Amino acid sequence: MTFDPWQGKLDAYLDGAGSPEELAEVEAHLRTCPSCAADALGRLQLKRMTQAAAARYSPSPQFRLSMEKKIQANRKRVWAFGLMPRLAAAAVTLLLIVASVALWMRHSVREQALAELLDLHVATMASANPVDVISTDRHTVKPWFQGKLPFTFNIPELQNSPFKLVGGRVMYFRHSPGAQLLFELRNHQISVFILQDQPGMIPLTMGVTKARELAFNVETWSESGLRYVVMSDASPADVHDLSELLRAAGRS
Amino acid sequence: MADRAGDFGSFEELAMPLFAKLYNFAHWLTQDRAAAEDLVQETYMKALRGFSSFQQGTNFRAWMYKILRNTFLTTQTGLKAWGSVSLDSDHDDDKPAEPAVSETPESVLLARVQQETIQNALENLPVKFREIVLLCDLEEMTYQEIGETLGIPIGTVMSRLSRARKAMRELLAAKLQGAPR
Repeated sequence: MTFDPWQGKLDAYLDGAGSPEELAEVEAHLRTCPSCAADALGRLQLKRMTQAAAARYSPSPQFRLSMEKKIQANRKRVWAFGLMPRLAAAAVTLLLIVASVALWMRHSVREQALAELLDLHVATMASANPVDVISTDRHTVKPWFQGKLPFTFNIPELQNSPFKLVGGRVMYFRHSPGAQLLFELRNHQISVFILQDQPGMIPLTMGVTKARELAFNVETWSESGLRYVVMSDASPADVHDLSELLRAAGRS
Repeated sequence: MADRAGDFGSFEELAMPLFAKLYNFAHWLTQDRAAAEDLVQETYMKALRGFSSFQQGTNFRAWMYKILRNTFLTTQTGLKAWGSVSLDSDHDDDKPAEPAVSETPESVLLARVQQETIQNALENLPVKFREIVLLCDLEEMTYQEIGETLGIPIGTVMSRLSRARKAMRELLAAKLQGAPR
């Protein structure tokens, strides 16, 4: 038997494989070659008969049902197993977001609180009558607040310090009364706000916190239920020194 | 196309429509109902576990058949069947397919063939040839899909398919030679 190159292309043609040009070429040949056309017909018949004969086995309905149940059962397991790391990652992400938002809000509230007190400080410096009680004597200033505030506080002895007490006034912060003491250091004015420390009033960390607000230096701390905020355009060291004196007086 | 997971659905939506065909293919490979059920079950469980790694937009049908066929090859039946097949014919991929061997016209041959004879011939084909004939003629897979399923290049698909069909014709011819005319 001699080899016919066309026969090699018949299977691909009948399987629909090849480019449109190749298929068209085989088709054109089949129209002119009875031998290849008969061969192609035979191959096509075998292909069709194989297709019909091969569709022989069917799964039982019970097997299909059991398969569906197994998939459902395993899918839940696979889903849970596959989702566990994602859920954990999502939970961590959520926690980070919540923590970030909380920190941001806390920071935002703190900034807002300090800004309010700074406004008071600036207004006091601009005022012709910055204080209601004018005295350099702490024993005059402290009693003046009696009956005006729901708390009491100590004013440090300033005799051996560069600070000078100017006086004090009652101020209101977040609807609560507080004391504003005014000190002088050389040409700098220093405000000391003493407030009842209520939860969330000034959300600051425990201990001493130093900050800068619009170039003013701030030091704040909480002690014995009172919130102290010292702010001035004086140097951070000066603000800190006065704060130390106030803390020492508070403990005495 | 229904067999492509372009529109990514749930595993059941994609896999269950293939269930009957996969079972049929499994039965042809294993030649045993219980073994076919085990094979299909294992295929589905493997596919479910690996579904997250299935690449959206690729051929889901070819992926399922590939899992089934690879699973079959790891079974005792599969190893035995595959090991018994001569591996010589795939090496000359570039050669054109040989012409049909029957000296009588195929139309005459096939006119006398019953469905049972075809089934018998398929059963007696080596697994390597049986699977490629089934994927092409029954499942109507493209050469590209067959290549993906069997993990072979298209050239090998063509040459192996040509030899499988030749072997099938030989089996049919031998069967009919002994049959009354």
